[in-house]
Amino acid sequence: MIPSIPQPKAFRFLYGSYVVLFFIYLVMPLTVVAVFAFNDSMFPSLPWGGFTWDWFFNDTEPRLGLFHDSRLLESIWTSFVIACWVTVLSVTVGTTNAFLFERRDFPFKNVLYMLMLLPLVVPGVILGISILVFSSTIANWLENSFGLDLMFLRPSTFLVILGQFSFIATIATLVIAARLRKFDTALEEAAQSLGASRLTAVWTVTIPYLKPAIIGAAIVSFLMSFENFNTTLMLVGSDQPLTIAMYGRLREGSTPQLNALSMLLMAVSGTLALMSVFVQRDRN
Amino acid sequence: MTLGTSTRLGLFLLLAPILVWLIALLVLPHADMFLVSMREKVAPRTYEFSLANYAEFFTEPLYWRTFARTAIMSIAATAMTLLIAFPVSYYIAKMLRGRLKSFLFLLCLVPFWVSELVRTFGWMILLRESGVFSNVFQWVGLADAPVEMLYNDATIMVGLVYTSMLFMVVPLVTTLDSLDDAQVEAGYDLGGNAFTVLREIIVPHAMPGIVSGCIVVFMLTLGNYLTPVLLGGKDSLWFTAQIYTQFITRFNWELGAAFGFLLLALSSLIVWAGLKVTRQTLTETMG
Repeated sequence: MIPSIPQPKAFRFLYGSYVVLFFIYLVMPLTVVAVFAFNDSMFPSLPWGGFTWDWFFNDTEPRLGLFHDSRLLESIWTSFVIACWVTVLSVTVGTTNAFLFERRDFPFKNVLYMLMLLPLVVPGVILGISILVFSSTIANWLENSFGLDLMFLRPSTFLVILGQFSFIATIATLVIAARLRKFDTALEEAAQSLGASRLTAVWTVTIPYLKPAIIGAAIVSFLMSFENFNTTLMLVGSDQPLTIAMYGRLREGSTPQLNALSMLLMAVSGTLALMSVFVQRDRN
Repeated sequence: MTLGTSTRLGLFLLLAPILVWLIALLVLPHADMFLVSMREKVAPRTYEFSLANYAEFFTEPLYWRTFARTAIMSIAATAMTLLIAFPVSYYIAKMLRGRLKSFLFLLCLVPFWVSELVRTFGWMILLRESGVFSNVFQWVGLADAPVEMLYNDATIMVGLVYTSMLFMVVPLVTTLDSLDDAQVEAGYDLGGNAFTVLREIIVPHAMPGIVSGCIVVFMLTLGNYLTPVLLGGKDSLWFTAQIYTQFITRFNWELGAAFGFLLLALSSLIVWAGLKVTRQTLTETMG
């Protein structure tokens, strides 16, 4: 079953068709979402009502375009702010973790590494509820003992950021550590023997080498945060991030406006995904 | 400052962020959740240690049936994802060369950078009563009235398999790619046929990829919320939806925490069993 081994023509044809069918299956849902964003009708379904840009740009109800829907734009902003925080936190902690695991030896290193991988194995819903329970415990204790009422420890944007960070940091760590592993420490030593302090050597030699991985990790963190649903659902406060707002609208019944929004998301995440692929590819 | 103390200080500075992260956001929250699951409200603001929440899970058929159903469907979805993804991964890894190969591999990845919400929305547009398939079936004459294809188990399955595909294809393509063609040829030279070569050479070589793909897919399916709820509707009976109901709708955190722990236990057990059976470690599989 490799090209050098002859196979019956019928088998090759069937195998090829199967792969083609698979790719149709893969792109079909995304294609219909994109196509119906331009349907001139109140519903994202057949019959096809003609082509329109209304679901993006129209400024009046009932056909409110995406770019004039202030509630939707607000939730995009909320998601954006959350994603920025999560990215900065995850990349920072990911970088220090990479140095810790690749450069240092200490007791129980393997235990700590296993523990670091665990957030990938814990379902997102459970990460969400455990953080919800724990922060409420702290909030209740502060309220009962000191009369402090800290709103950010109740479901809020702050908790969403912590919840997403709790597992995205693992992914950032893995991406950055993988590149640091390939770094030749002789370069750092050379910088130090030329008179640089250890920190200067790391800052001017190692960090620039890590840059593709850091950018890659940042893109991945941003996207994972922007698209996260499970953990966010349990921790969300009064400001709804985009995925939560979209979910609400999807359950109420959808108009092609939702398709327009989905298309925008596809365009943005597609671009970011390709960017991260190219940034990571440069290292070879 | 001597070198010794400076590396000590450096180690401490590098340890601080990870310890804060893991203790404050992973260890303590789960410990606290465990404590909450082991208590019972006996009066307003008064709690007692008890196993009542776990007892309720085992005595109320709805709860344990939902749990069992979620587990069985997740295993089925994992198996189906593997069966569908394996031939495709093999095709990409071994039958194709050059540009087309990297293009198709990329094409496998890109859809999954799009939010799960968008992907599920796509399936809803295709499968609902007024959806694309329903219209096409009527148009070709396969049906004479709109067909509702949402809100049943087969649809949940389609959605779950779709959502999991990436996490199976990537590890499979990576391991199959490292299989030397010469080994397959040697298999044929020694008198093997397609089936024996697959069983004796290809599958054993791909085992690490199969295991890590299956583990990740199983975990993601078990913990999935969106796909079962949106494609399965009210009757989807998925365990994560039950957790959500207890926490957010009923505000019964004690029971919800117990449910969370049971799901976590099941997920860990299956991951552990999968690793044990194939003699791999979490570090190799994930890292």
